[in-house]
Amino acid sequence: MTDYSADSILVLLDVTPSGALSKSAAGLLGAAAEVGTPVALIVAAAGEGEQQAQDAAALGATHVIVAEHAAAGTELTVPGADALAAAAELVRPDAILVSNSIEGREIAARYAARSRSGLAVDAVGVARDAEGVVARHSVYGGAYNVDSAVTWGAPVITVREGSIDARAEAKPASIERLEVAASGRKAAVTGALEEEVVASSRPDLRGAAKVVSGGRGLGSEDKFVLVDQLADVLGAAVGASRAAVDAGYVPQSHQVGQTGVSVSPQLYIALGISGAIQHRAGMQTAKTIVAINKDGDAPIFEIADFGIVGDLFTVVPQLIAALEARKA
Amino acid sequence: MKIVVLVKEVPDTYGDRKLDLQTGLADRAASETVLDEISERALEVALAYADSHADTEVVVLSMSPESAAATVRKGLAMGAAAAVQVVDEALLGADLGLTAEVLAAALRRIGFDLVIAGNQSTDGSGGVLPAMIAEHLDVPNATSLNSVEIADAEVRGERATDHGTMQVTASMPAVISITEALPDARFPNFKGIMAAKKKPFETLSLADLDIDAETTEASRSIVISLGEKPPRTAGTKIVDEGDAGERLAEYLVQNRLA
Ligand SMILES: Cc1cc2nc3c(=O)[nH]c(=O)nc-3n(C[C@H](O)[C@H](O)[C@H](O)COP(=O)(O)OP(=O)(O)OC[C@H]3O[C@@H](n4cnc5c(N)ncnc54)[C@H](O)[C@@H]3O)c2cc1C
Repeated sequence: MTDYSADSILVLLDVTPSGALSKSAAGLLGAAAEVGTPVALIVAAAGEGEQQAQDAAALGATHVIVAEHAAAGTELTVPGADALAAAAELVRPDAILVSNSIEGREIAARYAARSRSGLAVDAVGVARDAEGVVARHSVYGGAYNVDSAVTWGAPVITVREGSIDARAEAKPASIERLEVAASGRKAAVTGALEEEVVASSRPDLRGAAKVVSGGRGLGSEDKFVLVDQLADVLGAAVGASRAAVDAGYVPQSHQVGQTGVSVSPQLYIALGISGAIQHRAGMQTAKTIVAINKDGDAPIFEIADFGIVGDLFTVVPQLIAALEARKA
Repeated sequence: MKIVVLVKEVPDTYGDRKLDLQTGLADRAASETVLDEISERALEVALAYADSHADTEVVVLSMSPESAAATVRKGLAMGAAAAVQVVDEALLGADLGLTAEVLAAALRRIGFDLVIAGNQSTDGSGGVLPAMIAEHLDVPNATSLNSVEIADAEVRGERATDHGTMQVTASMPAVISITEALPDARFPNFKGIMAAKKKPFETLSLADLDIDAETTEASRSIVISLGEKPPRTAGTKIVDEGDAGERLAEYLVQNRLA
């Protein structure tokens, strides 16, 4: 049996459908290492999870627990919550960190409700004060910084994907297998996953250093390709406004804003986006904002560091050509 | 079939939203309040089912300050048969844990076959309450659904996950949450608004639900510090005179962004 240190931080790592650790793993373990000793938790079917455990150690987990649950992969949320409960019992951590992904936050939700732990969601950082681990949040589109703590015990904190830059040092693999008894809580049954096709050469929207987003001003799915082209020249991720998503130009996973993804890149370029407050809520913490819009009164210009009043269909091709000329 | 829809009053996101720097709470006086758009879509799912299944009772449930009663009533005007609002001074600043306990207790009292919620509110945007409530009630959560199919004993739908979509199925009773991929809600018409005045509207307190907000048995999340960031300001704005693409390329290169 492993002896877990008193300052352990239990970190639940998401696994992708193809069996790899989710990209959020590095940031979660990096955040955990800043406030304690990271102990990774991976939920797997019996006999699986070995490779992910090795990968977790390489990303800085001092110990890795592979929790085996009979219903892992066939039931929604409950197996993860059962595993978290069993691992927390074993490790007695100072805090529990979970990705704020859809899967992750719902597991955190069930576990927090079951254990009556204090739950803090969508943190963009963690810290430690005299009383324990504190979650840092950026709320109302980044207009406010809020720190939260819990009244007692280990907080359960979900961490916004792509928000943590800290990375932990690789550790030698110390892996423990844990057989988790099913709680018997009623769960939904999951079917086969239809994976979204992603252009693998393009960075993920979450955590991307550069984002090029298109709005209703692109006019059609065909013409939206211009956004992809500029993104590829810059090595940027592709985002969109809700109007562009609703019009079917791009899948919903690209939506930036209050009900989409929140991004904080070095560079955000908004093409044909008016800058409605709900869109701004998801991007106004970007370092540099560039906007191209033919309406000089569009609210996006109020927050743009560099604004161009013009037709994106003439400005963007010229921009792409100029950037390519410089590269050549 | 009894369907309970969880609805929330939120600050209108078309206006500025403010936090009270003293209390850390949403400053409700600073902005107009509305019924959350995602709550309306959740209600629409229930009402559309009720339209074609006569034996359906749709109830809206909200935990909110007393002042939100008019917003909750909009649910009745849209077509819900009854409304329940949990109002209690002790709920001011309630965290997610307490909110989930209160809503679960109210649902137990109301009774339900299906609970429908939005996947994320537009103000808190936590995205965790439906799963927390399902845990308290020991029912399945079929959450983050882009489509919903309600059958006699089970509910199915396409779940938006972090890596694509998958079909999920839950036997009822169950808690589901829906995404904004589901259709916009109907508008309340004049007849609906008049009828709403005669529909049952029950107000419950924590005592009615046998909940002690101050209990130390549960750990609560509290705000320990709060700061406002200075708003962004506009930088350079140019009108394209035929060379704006070139000038932007220049700007990006100079700032090491390209
Ligand atoms: C509860 C709620 C949540 C929401 N959540 C989100 C969210 O998460 N994300 C989001 O984006 N929105 C969200 N919205 C919607 C938001 O209010 C706006 O409707 C939306 O952002 C508008 O998208 P848009 O800027 O692409 O479209 P529009 O507002 O229609 O703007 C299109 C812009 O393109 C410009 N344009 C047109 N043609 C050209 C051209 N040839 N060259 C240059 N410019 C051109 C126009 O001048 C215009 O400014 C939400 C709304 C609500 C009520």
